Amino acid sequence: MTSTIPVRGAPPGATAPPGRSRAGRRPNRTSLRMLGLNAVAVAIGLAVWAGLARAGVEGLPGPLAVADRGWDLIESGTLLEDTAASLRRVFIGFLLGSLLAVPVGFLMGWYVTARGLIEPYVQFFRTIPPLAIIPLAIVLLGIGETPKIFVITLAAFLSSVISTFQGVVSVDKTLINAARVLGAGDGVTFRRVVVPASSPFILVGMRIGLGSAWATLVAAELIAAQQGVGYRMQQAQLYYDLPTIFVGLITIGVLGLIMDRILLLVERRLTRWQERR
Amino acid sequence: MTTKISFQQTSCAFLVNGADFLAVDRVDLDIADREVVTVVGPSGCGKSTLLNMAAGLVNPTGGQVYVDGVPVREPGPERGVIFQQYALFPWLTVRSNVEFGLTLQRGVSRAERRRRAQHFIDLVGLTDFADALPKTLSGGMRQRCAIARAYAVNPSILLMDEPFGALDALTRVQMQDQLLRAWSAEQRTIMFITHDVDEAVYLANRVVVMAARPGRIKEIIPVELPYPRTEAHRLSPEFTEIRNRVWHAVYHQALEEDRAT
Repeated sequence: MTSTIPVRGAPPGATAPPGRSRAGRRPNRTSLRMLGLNAVAVAIGLAVWAGLARAGVEGLPGPLAVADRGWDLIESGTLLEDTAASLRRVFIGFLLGSLLAVPVGFLMGWYVTARGLIEPYVQFFRTIPPLAIIPLAIVLLGIGETPKIFVITLAAFLSSVISTFQGVVSVDKTLINAARVLGAGDGVTFRRVVVPASSPFILVGMRIGLGSAWATLVAAELIAAQQGVGYRMQQAQLYYDLPTIFVGLITIGVLGLIMDRILLLVERRLTRWQERR
Repeated sequence: MTTKISFQQTSCAFLVNGADFLAVDRVDLDIADREVVTVVGPSGCGKSTLLNMAAGLVNPTGGQVYVDGVPVREPGPERGVIFQQYALFPWLTVRSNVEFGLTLQRGVSRAERRRRAQHFIDLVGLTDFADALPKTLSGGMRQRCAIARAYAVNPSILLMDEPFGALDALTRVQMQDQLLRAWSAEQRTIMFITHDVDEAVYLANRVVVMAARPGRIKEIIPVELPYPRTEAHRLSPEFTEIRNRVWHAVYHQALEEDRAT
């Protein structure tokens, strides 16, 4: 062995594993196969549905009848108006809930006093289903848009506040120390270490929050709504109009899925630095 | 020689399971300017606590730590710390990690920041990885990035807490040589914690052997080998002799502790 060992440059095997990072971005053979299987599953589901309808299950409309009704509702503009009304509520509620949850979660994680003061309320309200708040919301807030948005906001807030709080609490202490020894004060440490380090938790919380907001929607639209997918389903129920109920269910499912995927993409993009196991 | 770091009757107690645990018990230690001092000892002997007190991350419960004659109250950029777990910011590239400390200093322009970061990135051999995220780096490269980050703010003291502990034997030897090269070029004061006796002797001007329960200094062993050190020193009889002395001090004390329990 020589007395000096070259250290400059990368030791063998130290480079990034080729392909692994790329595989996440571009669809490869495995993900194409997955997509194919997903499509097959949907086709089978539709076939079973059609079969059940044809076999004469009491009152069950087939996929074609539902598609027909869906087309009618699109043509008359009802579906679009309902969807717009519902999405508006979900978005406003989700946005308010998340915007509120992030600072409150940070407060709880960063200051022990804030945590002691806020946590009992969060834990308590978390055990109450948003549906159960509705009677109270009607009495206090009337029957306009406010109580609906309030209930959705509450649902989104409660789901993401816990996650944000967890994120702040679980920030690696060594990272905070590393920032401090480089000369960072409390403010800088918070902004440049705690916030990015807890962002994966926050984004997961937002996804859960969006799910809860969407799930609370139908319940919120029970409150004397004039429009909305949930309202349309309520109306259809009165007239025993099963196809419209199905159109509503499918619309809620598809929109929820699309929103979740969009947030998932955002999450992937923002937390690309994470080591995934 | 002037004293750079001075521990004076420094103690630190923690509350463990409701009882006071004395991690460091009245330690007196002076580290001279531009000296390399390594600290060895069994786990739980308080060597990391000692270093953290010098860093200002842990406050002494008795006595005081002085740096340049001033009592340490909090961390400061003149005392660079290199952690065993690298502690790189995973959301920042190598370059942004190295620039982190510089962005907190007033009067350092963007261009100057770039230039200084690049200098240290080159120095630790990460030129081709400047824009890579930490997750794509090997353990040795991460530690080199952490060293570049600490160097970039130009600290007069480097406090290193088992920095090479997680590396394989060959990488560790490379890192030791690189550390000594950088030290002889820039002449900083280094306090280096390790549990590797060979490493302690190879790097140090003096080796501090600590004992546990309570954490205290057992023996200070001078290493009278000239710098720059090379592989030849590592194989010399003098090295072996000092190494055995250090090993003996650490080992004996471990035996005594076994007998005590």
